[in-house]
Amino acid sequence: MTETDQLFLYQAVSATMFMLGVIGVLTRRNAIIVFMCVELMLNAVNLSLVGFSKFWNDPTGIMLVFFVMCVAAAEAVVGLSIVIAIFRNRQDVDINDVNIFKG
Amino acid sequence: MLEQILFFGLSALGLGSGFGMILNRNPMYSVLFLILNFFCIGGLFLTLHAEFLAVIQIIVYAGAIMVLFLFVVMLLNLSKEQKWDYKSDWKRLAAFVLGGAFLAQMLYMLSAVKDFQPKPPAPFVHGKVEAIGASLMTTYVFPFEMISVILLAAIMGAILIAKKHKE
Repeated sequence: MTETDQLFLYQAVSATMFMLGVIGVLTRRNAIIVFMCVELMLNAVNLSLVGFSKFWNDPTGIMLVFFVMCVAAAEAVVGLSIVIAIFRNRQDVDINDVNIFKG
Repeated sequence: MLEQILFFGLSALGLGSGFGMILNRNPMYSVLFLILNFFCIGGLFLTLHAEFLAVIQIIVYAGAIMVLFLFVVMLLNLSKEQKWDYKSDWKRLAAFVLGGAFLAQMLYMLSAVKDFQPKPPAPFVHGKVEAIGASLMTTYVFPFEMISVILLAAIMGAILIAKKHKE
Protein backbone atom coordinates (compact mmCIF):
# COMPACT_ATOMS: atom_id res chain seq x y z
CA MET A 1 0.00 0.00 0.00
CA THR A 2 1.48 3.33 -1.04
CA GLU A 3 1.40 6.39 1.18
CA THR A 4 -1.20 8.19 -0.92
CA ASP A 5 -3.45 5.16 -0.49
CA GLN A 6 -2.96 5.40 3.26
CA LEU A 7 -3.75 9.10 3.21
CA PHE A 8 -6.90 8.34 1.22
CA LEU A 9 -7.96 5.75 3.79
CA TYR A 10 -7.55 8.22 6.65
CA GLN A 11 -9.50 10.86 4.71
CA ALA A 12 -12.24 8.33 3.95
CA VAL A 13 -12.62 7.42 7.64
CA SER A 14 -12.64 11.10 8.51
CA ALA A 15 -15.29 11.93 5.87
CA THR A 16 -17.51 9.05 7.01
CA MET A 17 -17.26 10.12 10.63
CA PHE A 18 -18.05 13.72 9.65
CA MET A 19 -21.11 12.54 7.75
CA LEU A 20 -22.28 10.54 10.77
CA GLY A 21 -22.12 13.77 12.75
CA VAL A 22 -24.11 15.66 10.09
CA ILE A 23 -26.79 12.96 9.96
CA GLY A 24 -26.98 12.99 13.75
CA VAL A 25 -27.45 16.76 13.82
CA LEU A 26 -30.21 16.51 11.20
CA THR A 27 -32.11 13.60 12.72
CA ARG A 28 -31.84 13.85 16.49
CA ARG A 29 -34.07 16.08 18.61
CA ASN A 30 -32.34 15.98 21.98
CA ALA A 31 -30.19 19.12 22.24
CA ILE A 32 -27.39 17.31 24.09
CA ILE A 33 -27.15 14.63 21.40
CA VAL A 34 -27.07 17.30 18.67
CA PHE A 35 -24.24 18.95 20.56
CA MET A 36 -22.37 15.65 20.83
CA CYS A 37 -22.73 15.20 17.08
CA VAL A 38 -21.03 18.58 16.60
CA GLU A 39 -18.16 17.29 18.76
CA LEU A 40 -17.98 14.19 16.56
CA MET A 41 -17.71 16.41 13.46
CA LEU A 42 -14.90 18.42 15.07
CA ASN A 43 -13.05 15.21 15.84
CA ALA A 44 -13.47 13.90 12.31
CA VAL A 45 -11.90 17.08 10.93
CA ASN A 46 -9.10 16.78 13.51
CA LEU A 47 -8.34 13.30 12.20
CA SER A 48 -8.24 14.60 8.64
CA LEU A 49 -5.87 17.44 9.64
CA VAL A 50 -3.48 15.11 11.45
CA GLY A 51 -3.51 12.80 8.44
CA PHE A 52 -2.53 15.61 6.07
CA SER A 53 0.06 16.83 8.57
CA LYS A 54 1.69 13.41 8.73
CA PHE A 55 1.74 12.71 5.02
CA TRP A 56 2.93 16.17 3.99
CA ASN A 57 5.38 16.32 6.92
CA ASP A 58 4.09 19.73 8.00
CA PRO A 59 3.50 20.72 11.65
CA THR A 60 0.71 23.24 10.88
CA GLY A 61 -2.04 20.62 10.94
CA ILE A 62 -1.01 19.36 14.36
CA MET A 63 -0.91 22.86 15.81
CA LEU A 64 -4.33 23.60 14.33
CA VAL A 65 -5.72 20.44 15.95
CA PHE A 66 -4.28 21.55 19.28
CA PHE A 67 -6.09 24.89 19.06
CA VAL A 68 -9.29 23.25 17.83
CA MET A 69 -9.26 21.07 20.95
CA CYS A 70 -8.87 24.13 23.21
CA VAL A 71 -11.73 25.96 21.48
CA ALA A 72 -13.86 22.79 21.59
CA ALA A 73 -13.39 22.63 25.35
CA ALA A 74 -14.55 26.24 25.71
CA GLU A 75 -17.44 25.60 23.31
CA ALA A 76 -18.58 22.51 25.26
CA VAL A 77 -18.71 24.50 28.49
CA VAL A 78 -20.77 27.33 26.99
CA GLY A 79 -23.05 24.99 25.03
CA LEU A 80 -23.84 22.81 28.02
CA SER A 81 -24.64 25.84 30.14
CA ILE A 82 -27.06 26.97 27.40
CA VAL A 83 -28.65 23.50 27.48
CA ILE A 84 -29.04 23.79 31.26
CA ALA A 85 -30.60 27.24 30.88
CA ILE A 86 -33.08 25.88 28.29
CA PHE A 87 -33.93 22.98 30.57
CA ARG A 88 -34.51 25.31 33.50
CA ASN A 89 -37.03 27.33 31.50
CA ARG A 90 -38.88 24.51 29.71
CA GLN A 91 -38.20 21.27 31.65
CA ASP A 92 -37.19 19.68 28.32
CA VAL A 93 -34.41 19.99 25.74
CA ASP A 94 -36.30 18.98 22.61
CA ILE A 95 -34.94 21.37 19.96
CA ASN A 96 -38.12 21.18 17.86
CA ASP A 97 -39.98 22.97 20.63
CA VAL A 98 -37.38 25.64 21.29
CA ASN A 99 -38.35 28.37 18.84
CA ILE A 100 -38.43 31.57 20.90
CA PHE A 101 -36.51 33.42 18.15
CA LYS A 102 -39.10 32.52 15.54
CA GLY A 103 -40.57 35.71 14.09
CA MET B 1 1.42 -4.77 8.75
CA LEU B 2 0.64 -4.24 12.43
CA GLU B 3 -0.12 -0.60 11.70
CA GLN B 4 -2.65 -1.61 9.07
CA ILE B 5 -4.37 -4.05 11.41
CA LEU B 6 -4.51 -1.32 14.06
CA PHE B 7 -5.82 1.20 11.54
CA PHE B 8 -8.62 -0.99 10.23
CA GLY B 9 -9.61 -2.22 13.69
CA LEU B 10 -9.69 1.25 15.19
CA SER B 11 -11.57 2.78 12.25
CA ALA B 12 -14.16 0.01 12.25
CA LEU B 13 -14.65 0.38 16.00
CA GLY B 14 -14.78 4.19 15.73
CA LEU B 15 -17.31 4.22 12.89
CA GLY B 16 -19.40 1.55 14.63
CA SER B 17 -19.52 3.53 17.85
CA GLY B 18 -20.40 6.66 15.83
CA PHE B 19 -23.36 4.79 14.34
CA GLY B 20 -24.28 3.60 17.81
CA MET B 21 -24.20 7.17 19.06
CA ILE B 22 -26.53 8.62 16.44
CA LEU B 23 -28.95 5.66 16.48
CA ASN B 24 -29.28 5.03 20.22
CA ARG B 25 -32.36 6.56 21.80
CA ASN B 26 -31.01 6.59 25.35
CA PRO B 27 -28.78 9.69 25.85
CA MET B 28 -26.60 7.90 28.39
CA TYR B 29 -25.65 5.15 25.93
CA SER B 30 -24.98 7.81 23.28
CA VAL B 31 -22.47 9.51 25.59
CA LEU B 32 -20.73 6.19 26.32
CA PHE B 33 -20.55 5.38 22.59
CA LEU B 34 -19.03 8.80 21.91
CA ILE B 35 -16.37 8.18 24.60
CA LEU B 36 -15.48 4.92 22.83
CA ASN B 37 -15.33 6.81 19.55
CA PHE B 38 -12.93 9.39 21.04
CA PHE B 39 -10.67 6.61 22.32
CA CYS B 40 -10.59 5.16 18.80
CA ILE B 41 -9.66 8.55 17.34
CA GLY B 42 -6.89 8.80 19.94
CA GLY B 43 -5.62 5.43 18.76
CA LEU B 44 -5.75 6.61 15.15
CA PHE B 45 -3.64 9.63 16.16
CA LEU B 46 -1.10 7.15 17.57
CA THR B 47 -0.97 5.28 14.27
CA LEU B 48 -0.22 8.66 12.64
CA HIS B 49 2.73 9.17 15.06
CA ALA B 50 1.06 12.14 16.76
CA GLU B 51 1.71 10.96 20.32
CA PHE B 52 1.06 14.27 22.04
CA LEU B 53 -2.31 14.73 20.36
CA ALA B 54 -3.33 11.16 21.23
CA VAL B 55 -2.64 11.81 24.92
CA ILE B 56 -4.43 15.18 24.80
CA GLN B 57 -7.36 13.57 22.98
CA ILE B 58 -7.83 11.02 25.75
CA ILE B 59 -7.25 13.43 28.64
CA VAL B 60 -9.20 16.43 27.34
CA TYR B 61 -11.91 14.87 25.17
CA ALA B 62 -12.56 11.42 26.60
CA GLY B 63 -11.70 12.60 30.10
CA ALA B 64 -12.80 16.16 30.73
CA ILE B 65 -15.36 17.07 28.03
CA MET B 66 -17.23 13.77 28.02
CA VAL B 67 -17.40 13.68 31.82
CA LEU B 68 -19.03 17.10 31.57
CA PHE B 69 -21.54 15.72 29.04
CA LEU B 70 -22.20 12.69 31.23
CA PHE B 71 -22.70 14.99 34.20
CA VAL B 72 -25.25 17.11 32.36
CA VAL B 73 -27.14 14.06 30.99
CA MET B 74 -27.38 12.65 34.53
CA LEU B 75 -28.33 16.04 35.96
CA LEU B 76 -31.18 16.61 33.53
CA ASN B 77 -32.39 12.99 33.76
CA LEU B 78 -33.96 13.01 30.28
CA SER B 79 -36.33 10.37 29.05
CA LYS B 80 -35.75 8.34 25.90
CA GLU B 81 -36.56 9.89 22.57
CA GLN B 82 -39.62 8.65 20.79
CA LYS B 83 -39.16 5.93 18.23
CA TRP B 84 -39.16 7.04 14.62
CA ASP B 85 -42.10 6.41 12.41
CA TYR B 86 -40.54 6.19 8.94
CA LYS B 87 -43.82 6.57 7.07
CA SER B 88 -44.87 9.89 8.57
CA ASP B 89 -41.39 11.18 9.44
CA TRP B 90 -39.90 11.27 5.95
CA LYS B 91 -37.60 14.20 6.76
CA ARG B 92 -35.29 12.04 8.87
CA LEU B 93 -35.15 9.37 6.20
CA ALA B 94 -34.29 12.11 3.70
CA ALA B 95 -31.45 13.23 6.01
CA PHE B 96 -29.98 9.71 5.91
CA VAL B 97 -30.34 9.40 2.14
CA LEU B 98 -28.88 12.84 1.40
CA GLY B 99 -26.08 12.29 3.91
CA GLY B 100 -25.19 9.02 2.24
CA ALA B 101 -25.25 10.66 -1.19
CA PHE B 102 -23.00 13.50 0.00
CA LEU B 103 -20.60 11.00 1.56
CA ALA B 104 -20.43 9.08 -1.72
CA GLN B 105 -19.62 12.34 -3.51
CA MET B 106 -16.86 13.19 -1.04
CA LEU B 107 -15.31 9.73 -1.32
CA TYR B 108 -15.45 9.89 -5.11
CA MET B 109 -13.79 13.30 -5.06
CA LEU B 110 -11.07 12.13 -2.67
CA SER B 111 -10.31 9.08 -4.79
CA ALA B 112 -10.26 11.18 -7.97
CA VAL B 113 -7.62 13.62 -6.70
CA LYS B 114 -5.59 10.92 -4.95
CA ASP B 115 -3.00 10.60 -7.69
CA PHE B 116 -2.16 14.31 -7.76
CA GLN B 117 -1.18 14.61 -4.12
CA PRO B 118 2.52 15.34 -3.59
CA LYS B 119 4.70 12.57 -2.26
CA PRO B 120 5.82 12.85 1.38
CA PRO B 121 9.44 13.96 1.61
CA ALA B 122 10.90 12.81 4.93
CA PRO B 123 10.01 10.87 8.10
CA PHE B 124 7.54 12.64 10.32
CA VAL B 125 9.06 14.39 13.35
CA HIS B 126 6.41 16.97 14.27
CA GLY B 127 4.16 14.81 16.46
CA LYS B 128 6.65 14.69 19.32
CA VAL B 129 6.10 16.68 22.49
CA GLU B 130 9.40 18.59 22.09
CA ALA B 131 8.54 19.75 18.58
CA ILE B 132 5.04 20.85 19.58
CA GLY B 133 6.32 22.65 22.68
CA ALA B 134 9.00 24.43 20.68
CA SER B 135 6.56 25.71 18.05
CA LEU B 136 3.99 26.67 20.72
CA MET B 137 6.59 28.92 22.31
CA THR B 138 7.90 30.42 19.06
CA THR B 139 5.65 30.51 16.00
CA TYR B 140 2.31 30.05 17.74
CA VAL B 141 2.92 31.98 20.94
CA PHE B 142 0.24 34.59 20.24
CA PRO B 143 -2.61 32.11 19.57
CA PHE B 144 -1.40 30.12 22.58
CA GLU B 145 -1.82 33.15 24.80
CA MET B 146 -5.19 33.98 23.22
CA ILE B 147 -6.44 30.51 24.19
CA SER B 148 -6.19 31.54 27.85
CA VAL B 149 -8.39 34.57 27.15
CA ILE B 150 -10.93 32.38 25.34
CA LEU B 151 -11.03 29.88 28.21
CA LEU B 152 -11.50 32.69 30.74
CA ALA B 153 -14.34 34.16 28.65
CA ALA B 154 -15.94 30.69 28.40
CA ILE B 155 -15.78 30.22 32.18
CA MET B 156 -17.40 33.58 32.85
CA GLY B 157 -20.03 33.08 30.13
CA ALA B 158 -20.95 29.63 31.42
CA ILE B 159 -21.38 30.91 34.96
CA LEU B 160 -23.50 33.84 33.75
CA ILE B 161 -25.73 31.72 31.51
CA ALA B 162 -26.26 28.77 33.84
CA LYS B 163 -26.74 30.55 37.16
CA LYS B 164 -30.17 31.04 38.63
CA HIS B 165 -31.60 34.48 37.96
CA LYS B 166 -33.36 36.25 40.79
CA GLU B 167 -37.02 37.08 40.27
